[in-house]
Amino acid sequence: MTVGTYDRVPALETGGHAAPAASQLTRLWESKPGISGWLSTVDHKELGKRYLATAFIFLALGGIEALMMRLQLAQPNQHLLTPEQYNQLFSMHGITMIFLYAQPILSGFSVYLFPLILGTRDMAFPRMNAFSYWVYLAAGLFMYASFLVGAAPNDGWFNYVPFALKPYNPGPNMDFYALGMILLGISTTAGAANFLVTMLRTRAAGMSINRLPILTWGTTTTSVGILFSMPAVSLAFFMLWLDRQFGTHFFDSTARGQPLLWQHLFWMFAHPWVYIIVLPAMGIVSDALPIFCRRPLVGYTVVVLATIATMVMGFGVWLHHMFATGLPFLALSFFSGASFVITIPSAVAVFAWIATIWTGRPVITTAFLFFAGFISMFVIGGVSGVMTASVPADRQLTDTYFVVAHIHYVLIGINLFPVMGGLYVWFPKMTGRMLNERLGRWNFWMVFIGFNLAFLPMHWTGLAGMPRRIYTYPDGMGWGTVNMVTTVGSFVLALGVLLLLINVAISRRHGAVAGPNPWDGPTLEWTTPSPPPPYNFATMPAVASRHPLWEDRLEEGMGKSSLQRGMVLANGKEMLAVTPLDGLPDAILKMPEDSYSPLVATILMTAGFTGLLLHWWWFAGACVFLLLACLVVWLWPERTLGQIAGARHV
Amino acid sequence: MSDATIRPEALPVGSIGRKASGWWGMLTILMTEGALFAYLLFSYYYFAVQYGRGFLPDELPKFRLSLPDTIILLISSVFVWWGERGAKRGANLQLVFGLLGTLILGVVFVGVQLLEWRDKPFTIGSSSYASLYFTITGFHMAHVIAGLIMLSAVMVWSLLRYFDAERNSPVSIAAVYWHFVDIVWLIVFFTIYVTPRLW
Repeated sequence: MTVGTYDRVPALETGGHAAPAASQLTRLWESKPGISGWLSTVDHKELGKRYLATAFIFLALGGIEALMMRLQLAQPNQHLLTPEQYNQLFSMHGITMIFLYAQPILSGFSVYLFPLILGTRDMAFPRMNAFSYWVYLAAGLFMYASFLVGAAPNDGWFNYVPFALKPYNPGPNMDFYALGMILLGISTTAGAANFLVTMLRTRAAGMSINRLPILTWGTTTTSVGILFSMPAVSLAFFMLWLDRQFGTHFFDSTARGQPLLWQHLFWMFAHPWVYIIVLPAMGIVSDALPIFCRRPLVGYTVVVLATIATMVMGFGVWLHHMFATGLPFLALSFFSGASFVITIPSAVAVFAWIATIWTGRPVITTAFLFFAGFISMFVIGGVSGVMTASVPADRQLTDTYFVVAHIHYVLIGINLFPVMGGLYVWFPKMTGRMLNERLGRWNFWMVFIGFNLAFLPMHWTGLAGMPRRIYTYPDGMGWGTVNMVTTVGSFVLALGVLLLLINVAISRRHGAVAGPNPWDGPTLEWTTPSPPPPYNFATMPAVASRHPLWEDRLEEGMGKSSLQRGMVLANGKEMLAVTPLDGLPDAILKMPEDSYSPLVATILMTAGFTGLLLHWWWFAGACVFLLLACLVVWLWPERTLGQIAGARHV
Repeated sequence: MSDATIRPEALPVGSIGRKASGWWGMLTILMTEGALFAYLLFSYYYFAVQYGRGFLPDELPKFRLSLPDTIILLISSVFVWWGERGAKRGANLQLVFGLLGTLILGVVFVGVQLLEWRDKPFTIGSSSYASLYFTITGFHMAHVIAGLIMLSAVMVWSLLRYFDAERNSPVSIAAVYWHFVDIVWLIVFFTIYVTPRLW
């Protein structure tokens, strides 16, 4: 190997977190105290926690919207809400839960955990990480601002044309949604790019791809899914906005446009999106459930392959949302078949989890209960999904409460349950304190009972013929009792979620002290103190197996991981880059300092979108110009980042 | 655990060629941008299938300006490739001239496109075809302009002597984006200008 101009032999230290370099690393990596540090930080741990907190706030908002609807529907012929208010509430409920809670909460876990479980110090693009968070927050506020002018989106989360077009929906409702979703798409895409490059390039040495924790597989797979699917919906919303503001003819059939194009573009995105908001949650379970079964996951390889297969097939089933639109028989048959086939990889994962519990020695904690609950809810949601994969059944069930029950089993069962379980597992890592287990049991059982009470009878509501999205219903349809049960269940569920928030509020100050590895977990995040220091790892770990902390017990590796002795990389903010497949050391990366650029870029972009909303074209143009200037400043080569020739920052 | 993994002999530090994170980041941008154009062209072919020849305007798009413009864009890619080769040898002057050639040809491409837009007998609100024509070519033009801004920045940086034979990642990053924009144009050109004559 020839030694290049910019090469360096990395220094080695022993002692892990007690290594002599630790104090120097703290100075290098910690954010400034106070408001300036808060606004400019690029620390993934801080941003991950912000993602989680923000997503939980949106969960609460979406939950309150749901409870208002449940009060309205509790009995026939009620008039707590006007039809228009009801429309806005069910639309914002869907938008909030699906776009502002379900995916960002998983990003929160991944932003927090990626560098820790991969054995590195930050994401591959720390400033872009901050940018993703700020833009997510801005997009959420942008869409919620619609309530302030009484014009929230009112056409459901899938927003079908022609009702979304100007002649039928002249207010700014749809413009808030269209522009807000394009803004949110920028955040999601930037986040996905960051996860993908982080997984490929910045891991512990020796962490070849067959040693990656499954959580990273889930998030990386869905990141690829996001990169390929997000443009469909951004484009669809852009076209909708053009149709509304500039008289184009994409979606109205008067000038050879086609309303069904909206449905195609929307579902080409939104079906993969369903997997995008569940696969990382399944990754959480695949990594965390084995800790409580005291054994490695059964079938690591097939679970990884099933994850990827699900995502790939997820791109080939979008038409099953459109079975009732009069498409050709051949297309229906093909997509129905594909929708049946996609259950196979999901079933593989389910059997792997069951086998892990079956052959392990389960320790019943709140987290374990949430994961076990997740598996059973996933089975119910999966079965009701398969039922609608059949064209004749779907034609009967579509647009009834059966589909509403299905989507809630999928989204609450496969997203909220793992998220809550995951919080019990990693909260100690984030705060250094355990969540209260006693309160945890109440939390779990309230959620579990409330959820099933609310949504299991809802299948029957649908079979009894009650259409979704009606603001009230007449007496004598036989829907009254079951709706009352659902309303009661939804309030029990909400109280259960509230218990979690109470638990978090109490435990972050008064919980039992956790220590580095309270659950005796096998992966790298459990080697760091809780909460981890700003630099995560003082010396770079090098791993020899999937379970570096269980090696003594498992004897599965080719040797022993080196967790105490490794490269220091303390000549400025530095991280190790590895080769994508084998995880061999490849380069030393220079990492950026805290920066205001992400926040400034976000403000300019949001101002620009507001300009578009208000038709202030010159203002929007000025924002674009300033945004470009901001990006040039952001990306300007820096000597300390080793981007300028001759500067010997090695 | 082999000692070579814990401590390699020597590692390059900072931004080196395609080892830079920015290079990998650009590849992810190309993935998602490629998908964006796939969905745009899907919309075009979807309308074409739905409405047959009735979807097309009376007068099919002509090669008179578009063909020379396509060739101009292809040549610009050769320039940026030549400049990048120079950068990798540490020949800064070759890099600057390569970038300059690309920038000039890129600006000409945009100018000719605008002429083509001006000559169209329809506006964006005339029909679904017109809406898509301006949206697809507009999206592509926006990408060309983004590429021109990137290449201009790289040119300023090369004039400031920021690059040498090893530290030159921004050159490769901007260059691969430019090649991508070129390839996308070939597909757009085939779709809008060639396929109507194949029916």
